Amino acid sequence: MLTDRLSVVLKEIVDADVDGAASIVDRVCMAAVSLLSLKGAGLSLMVDGELRGTAGVSEPGIAIVQELQLTLGEGPCVDAWTSRAPVLEANLADPAIVRWPAFAQAGVEAGVLAVFAFPLHLGAIRIGVLVLYRGHPGILNADEMAYGLVLADMATQVLLALQAGAPAEVLHEVLTSEHSHWAEVHQATGMVSVQLGVSLDEAFVRLRAHAFAEGLPLRTLAREIVTRRHRFQGPE
Amino acid sequence: MTREQRIVKTFVELADTMVDDFDVIEFLHRLAERCVELLDCAEAGLLLADAAGVLRVMASSSERSDALDLLQSQNEEGPCFESYQSGVPVSSEDLTGDAGRWPAFAPMAVQKGFRSVQAIPMRVRGETIGALNLFRANTGRLVEQDLPLGQGMADIAAIALLQERTVREAHGVVEQLQGALSSRVMIEQAKGVLAERAHIDVDAAFARLRAHAREHNLRLSNVARDLVDGHLDAASLSSPTRGTPTSKR
Repeated sequence: MLTDRLSVVLKEIVDADVDGAASIVDRVCMAAVSLLSLKGAGLSLMVDGELRGTAGVSEPGIAIVQELQLTLGEGPCVDAWTSRAPVLEANLADPAIVRWPAFAQAGVEAGVLAVFAFPLHLGAIRIGVLVLYRGHPGILNADEMAYGLVLADMATQVLLALQAGAPAEVLHEVLTSEHSHWAEVHQATGMVSVQLGVSLDEAFVRLRAHAFAEGLPLRTLAREIVTRRHRFQGPE
Repeated sequence: MTREQRIVKTFVELADTMVDDFDVIEFLHRLAERCVELLDCAEAGLLLADAAGVLRVMASSSERSDALDLLQSQNEEGPCFESYQSGVPVSSEDLTGDAGRWPAFAPMAVQKGFRSVQAIPMRVRGETIGALNLFRANTGRLVEQDLPLGQGMADIAAIALLQERTVREAHGVVEQLQGALSSRVMIEQAKGVLAERAHIDVDAAFARLRAHAREHNLRLSNVARDLVDGHLDAASLSSPTRGTPTSKR
């Protein structure tokens, strides 16, 4: 179902890039900036079990602030990754904030006064972190918080679909369908991870990739697996 | 035990469970089971709205796959969807006559053996966050005294969802609820892992996960996480032992 909040976020993602040059991941960041009056937004991805690099940014300048956290090993991006929960800092210039002394100083120097980091996850699957940067202090209100969570959810869906080799034209469909809410999709992910001897993350991507390749709805394939009419062949 | 005694016992049990660091999924599952025992219904489930406003399954009394399906199918139509939208209870006294009202949900519920349904909104500070769903095998309405009791159960569920301590930086309702929904997804993933490793079906997997959590006094979500992370061996989760409460059918 396309709720009001989903429609608003989708429209922003579609409208985000007038030149058409930005990647879909950049566009999610750009949508966040325009929806939540941010200074910038960045998205870091997990590679080989670690948070590495930057997969998308709203504009090039913010990449420095995003990457600095991984270099320093501290900051909301790192904490959101570790705790698997949103990390919200309403005033980075507040000297009472001692949790990230080096990052806070660098952030303020770059004009960032509030930071909100959202883990990108689907149950036990973790793929990255979306970080929102604001040039003015203050908390996110309830509505902004909800938009932050929806953006993180969409970024998760987009990234997982891209990893599964989804063609660009089906990404919109991925974002508007509710495939991830069906219990059997997650159950099948768990089963496939055992069948192939891979992580849940990879199992989900393989499941998606197979569904795309066969032209099957993800839920249909998931049901085939849960009812043991289809199985993924693992290494013998 | 009289009805009043059973109600008191249930409320005391639920309050006792809501201690520090309780597991919200386990709590809501137990609450759904108690709904089936106390109220005139065969199956109970809880749906919660995510940040986007889409209803998602949080708990089911039986945890059977077809029951989870029937609950989840209400994210576009059905009594829970209407109750969530309107903030008031919604019911059907005869689902066979309501195929026009809910073209997908009503026939599906009938096919699964239900004849009437009641949805009760879960509310927090005037805002509806989801709904409690009661399915009955017979036609007709819920007896009069069951509706306020059902509302009481829905209120307790809402309190539990906002009391959970797993979200350390809880800045708001929607953020807490999102954490609970994520735990629920992890439970489903763990069911799949266990089903495949132990060669059992996913419904049986839930019973094993829960029995293991109870036996060892662990949080259900932690057992699920340990299993998917490979820190817990599937073989150490034996079949539920005798005396483990199973859901009433």
